[in-house]
Amino acid sequence: MKTYLVLSNGSIYQGYSKIKPTATAGEVVFSTGMTGYQETITDPSYYGQIMVFTYPLIGNYGINFEDNEKDTPCISGIIAYDIAKHPSNYRSKMSLYQYAEKFDIPMIEGIDTRELTKEIRQNGCIKGVITDNPKDKTIQELLDKPLSFANHSTKDINHIEGDGPKVAVIDYGIKNSIVSELLNLNADVYIFPADVSAKKIKDINPDGIVLSNGPGDPAKMIDKIDVIEELQEVYPIMGICLGNQLLGLANGAKTFKMKFGHRGFNHAVKNLSTGKCYFTSQNHGYALLPESIPGSNVEVIFEEVNDHTIEGIKVKNHNAFSVQFHPDASPGPHDALFIFHKFFNMINQKGVITNE
Amino acid sequence: MSKNTDIHKILVIGSGPIVIGQAAEFDYSGSQACLSLKEEGYEVVLVNSNPATIMTDKDIADEVYIEPITIDSVEKIIKKELPDALLPTLGGQTGLNMAKNLADAGILKKYGIELLGTKLQSIEKAEDRELFKQLMNELDEPVPESTIANSLEDAKKLAVKIGYPLVIRPAYTLGGTGGGFVHNNAELEAIVSNGLEMSPVTQVLVEKSIAGYKEIEFEVMRDAKDNALIVCSMENVDPVGVHTGDSIVVSPTQTLSDKDYQSLRDAALKIIRALDIEGGVNIQMAIDQKSGDYFIIEVNPRVSRSSALASKATGYPIAKISAKIAVGMSLDEITNPLTGKSLAEFEPALDYIVTKIPRLPFDKFTNIDNSLGTQMKATGEVMAIGRNFESSLLKAIRSLEDGKKHDLTKNSTNQLLENIATPTEQRLFQIFELLNRHISVEDIHNITQINQFFLYKMQHIVEINDELKENQSIDSLKIAKQFGFSDQQIANAWKCSEKDVYDTRVKNNIIASFKMVDTSAGEFDSTTPYYYSTFGQTNESKPSNKKSILIVGSGPIRIGQGVEFDYATVHSIFAVKQAGYESIVINSNPETVSTDFSISDKLYFEPLTIEDVMNVINLEKPAGVILQFGGQTAINLAEDLSKLGVNVLGTTVKDINISEDRELFSHVIKSLNIKQPYGTSVESIDEAIQATEKMTYPVLLRPSYVIGGKAMKIVHNNDELLNYMQTAVNVSHQHPVLIDSYLYGTEAEVDIISDGETVVIPGIIEHVESSGVHSGDSMAVYPPQNISPNIQKEIVAIATKLAKKLKTIGLMNIQFIISNNQVYVIEVNQRASRTVPFLSKVTDVPIVSLATNAILNKPLSSFGYETGMITPTNLVSVKSPVFSFNKLSGADANLSPEMKSTGEVMGSAINYNSALAKSFSAAGINIKPNSNVLLKLSQREEEQNEGLVKGLNTFNFNIVNMKPEQITEENVDLIINTAENHQINKVATSLSIPLFTSIDTANAFIQSLKSDDLKVEKI
Repeated sequence: MKTYLVLSNGSIYQGYSKIKPTATAGEVVFSTGMTGYQETITDPSYYGQIMVFTYPLIGNYGINFEDNEKDTPCISGIIAYDIAKHPSNYRSKMSLYQYAEKFDIPMIEGIDTRELTKEIRQNGCIKGVITDNPKDKTIQELLDKPLSFANHSTKDINHIEGDGPKVAVIDYGIKNSIVSELLNLNADVYIFPADVSAKKIKDINPDGIVLSNGPGDPAKMIDKIDVIEELQEVYPIMGICLGNQLLGLANGAKTFKMKFGHRGFNHAVKNLSTGKCYFTSQNHGYALLPESIPGSNVEVIFEEVNDHTIEGIKVKNHNAFSVQFHPDASPGPHDALFIFHKFFNMINQKGVITNE
Repeated sequence: MSKNTDIHKILVIGSGPIVIGQAAEFDYSGSQACLSLKEEGYEVVLVNSNPATIMTDKDIADEVYIEPITIDSVEKIIKKELPDALLPTLGGQTGLNMAKNLADAGILKKYGIELLGTKLQSIEKAEDRELFKQLMNELDEPVPESTIANSLEDAKKLAVKIGYPLVIRPAYTLGGTGGGFVHNNAELEAIVSNGLEMSPVTQVLVEKSIAGYKEIEFEVMRDAKDNALIVCSMENVDPVGVHTGDSIVVSPTQTLSDKDYQSLRDAALKIIRALDIEGGVNIQMAIDQKSGDYFIIEVNPRVSRSSALASKATGYPIAKISAKIAVGMSLDEITNPLTGKSLAEFEPALDYIVTKIPRLPFDKFTNIDNSLGTQMKATGEVMAIGRNFESSLLKAIRSLEDGKKHDLTKNSTNQLLENIATPTEQRLFQIFELLNRHISVEDIHNITQINQFFLYKMQHIVEINDELKENQSIDSLKIAKQFGFSDQQIANAWKCSEKDVYDTRVKNNIIASFKMVDTSAGEFDSTTPYYYSTFGQTNESKPSNKKSILIVGSGPIRIGQGVEFDYATVHSIFAVKQAGYESIVINSNPETVSTDFSISDKLYFEPLTIEDVMNVINLEKPAGVILQFGGQTAINLAEDLSKLGVNVLGTTVKDINISEDRELFSHVIKSLNIKQPYGTSVESIDEAIQATEKMTYPVLLRPSYVIGGKAMKIVHNNDELLNYMQTAVNVSHQHPVLIDSYLYGTEAEVDIISDGETVVIPGIIEHVESSGVHSGDSMAVYPPQNISPNIQKEIVAIATKLAKKLKTIGLMNIQFIISNNQVYVIEVNQRASRTVPFLSKVTDVPIVSLATNAILNKPLSSFGYETGMITPTNLVSVKSPVFSFNKLSGADANLSPEMKSTGEVMGSAINYNSALAKSFSAAGINIKPNSNVLLKLSQREEEQNEGLVKGLNTFNFNIVNMKPEQITEENVDLIINTAENHQINKVATSLSIPLFTSIDTANAFIQSLKSDDLKVEKI
């Protein structure tokens, strides 16, 4: 059936779908990754967002049981050019269509995704609604309502035992892959809710702390930074994505909303001390504001090679650093996996941040 | 790490003549590399023996040597130029092997020459199978179980140990020459013996076969600072077992999950880091479709055919960046030329799918084994871009121009099911036919191992076709167009004319739109002038206000239409630009220079059919279209384009038709009092018999409208005539067959440039072999050595008269036979010919540029040219054909009116003998006096035979006589077989023993032995 994407600026894109959409609003963003749609769909950083896949053939290898970043999909809608009816892969358990239907995710294909991407690039990220009736009066209401990034953090403390260092993770909407990488390194992992107090964490006396990724505007999470400020005086800290922004905010830097963000796998970041470049998996719409760095207590350690956005910082005189990209990849290249080793070295050597 | 400032002058070795496995892609990469080095301020010295290349143009390198790529000749160049460094990884296997040989011979050391880019040691590690395997074991990367065999006995023992099926890979051969799959002892014996023979180090790898696995390729870049990236991923539609050059390939990979993709990416980067590669490499891997387990197949530590394809598929210019890495620059210091802003440290993101289909020569060699295996057989390839797989596949199929209707409706289903078990160039069409008959995807997958993803997409194409047949609605039309159906295909389904479909869709505003190739999937603002068509989406290609000219390219490289036509296309683009127009090019070949988006102002990567060309014309509304330089492919469009109201520039369609229509042309010839061999055209077998009754045998037969003498044959009697008419052609009213009396004599040809007033003849080319050998397979010399000044004058007079009478504007090629001191015209073509690059280089006349200006109404006189022939320089130049018979088992090497060569080389010197010597040497025929020659002579040429034997005796050749099966590489160095003994030819080609099948070639060879010491000279 004919299905539409209605944007808040009045643009309407027509496509088709086998699924009748439940009209939901979301921020329309695009990702340039050519693989990894399953990880993207289940990535909690994308709560409240409608994902445009710039690669036109999506769903080719189906959906499997292993590659989820959360057990249920997180994005508010899927927009693609051509969705495979007959996926083919040895691990495939269902088609993307079956999956979207099962979880009632609005999904359109046949959209001129390149044109839509260019519109987002020019206008910046924009709100939109997927609907089968673009004239429906409720659409405007949906578009007018502010997006809520409800708390997707864990409610309880989760402990996953390991033989290695004790790592406390503050979950702002964490991806499974970060936990998996910590477990790969034998960490003894405790996952805390986003509103955890510093004391609760101190109670378990961790060896290090990870500030996770998550959805939403970091500037609206000021309530989270006191905890970080307190913890960084005692423990080694590593932040990822939103965690990077919060670590910056806790140390006097500011964040800003990027025009259309970084979503994809081909952003090269440079280690400013070694000059070496890495291809990284990225999915962020906010970043640390370069102008705010001189007056802050952080220094920049990684930057994107083309637009020079801040991709990583370390806190002066503290055992704390963070990266804007996802060293855990999933989806995307594994070039930056060493970031986890860097964190573990910091824990083991009690504070030495290596350059590598 | 930064640009190396210790070196100033760099030697680049090209890839030599075009052969199967090493083709036009190296002209593209070589030209790019030279320009890239010049851009960084280095002086570039180039050596390449192939004149039909852009890279051997004077403005590509600072010093260009069109000389044999032999140690002897390259050392002379080194001695003269004293370069500081050598860049070995851009001239294919030929360039790389030469660099190795120069290093081994101590020449690099002697002259203090530094090797740039990947070190020889690394190259050896990648290319030597044993060393490579060792490295993979060290890195814990899986490779199929394998062992080296140096003898048949070794191989047999290994077969017992590893178990069949096995794959045999000879060491150090081009395009996998001599290898193959073996399933039993008999096959093992045949292939291993051959493979050992082919391998320069008499070594084959006996390996566990992983046929049926999914084949994945990555194009990887790395710099000396250890930055590394994947430019492009590719998935072969044909599973492991078919050489990737002969496979249908898509980019990016389609059926790998991110987990599998990233694990292969990790392996690829790990390997090229361990190999310490500096530049671009290709890595091939196989992944088990059932478990995800993978194996590393091989690494090519240099730019390759795949890297050219990857450059065009992504827009990322691999050769250009590789050259900069070789001089020490790092990826984060190099600007991405596509965006002009971002850095080369970037992995392209595609928002389209690319399909490549090989162009195989089985339409020329109809009786040879057309199965596809580990030995590459394709002469060229096409690429097409779409927003879905269906459209990219259908566009690629129509880009093939293979002239076959692929009508398989008469084959039984069982037959087709049996056929698809063997990969051939027909398999794709057989699968379509089976899907048409509702054979299931699973059944086809079980036989072919082709991934179901692709088969379901093909099934979708069949479904769309069914829907079209059932439902002649606008909706089904829209869907068919979005999935890449041509108007012709829709017309077939609707049983109406192509024009009806066109009119219907224009009325309903279903017109092509164009999307940009920008490496970033739209993430960054880009102005790349590189587009492909799609339907039902927003158009991104905006015509400029500047007056534009559309130049139509020549499509895939095939025997008869080679890189020469890309040379002409590129020069026409340059001339159009220089004349102040916007140059727009349309072409479908990913290997070539013309499809480098930085060459023209705007590039459309599209099939060269009327519909696809009209899509571009309707959007761009160019002031005119130039068809003369794209070979027969482009000129064949002239009539239809003109009927659609397109302004075809240059010689009018009417005048082109006069020269192509036999009767009209004969009329012109007669009116000018020019001689022509007697000939007629027949429309049935009976007419053919009647016609020959009026003539004397031998006669020359050919179908009308042909490329490269396809299906052309000399017959000596009625039986041969009947056989030809019944089997070789499909004679009918629409497809007449031409019969000409065959004249024995010397062949000559001219290319003329005319603006309607002034007729410039750059030079006359004399063929070494007598009439009866296709001009593309003849050796040729400029200026003529055996044609008297009077005859030459007559040739010039005839050419001038014809050009004026036929109102040529632009180029025309005329072929002559001089028989008994009489000049006969045998053929004219109102377009650029194969000899244009050769002639441009040896005469220094910018032939294509002048012709393009004439086409654009700029008089030749304004460039200082007047009617007549250009006075020859004092250099003699000889062009020699180069063949790829050793890749095409079963092909007969006998020279005939049907063209068989794949490439050409050239040698220039101050006298004929020396030019011959260089040309033979460049063509790989380096035989010294005192060698063993096997003679098998035709009794028809008795008189000449005596002369030849005398010549051989003069140079102390040892004439041997033996049965074909006794011939080995050790006991025979050269074979002269003018008796059409096919058995001997077969042995010669399979053992790669130099072979002459024309007595004229043999005599020329004897003459070449009288040469002086050869000197190297830049052009």
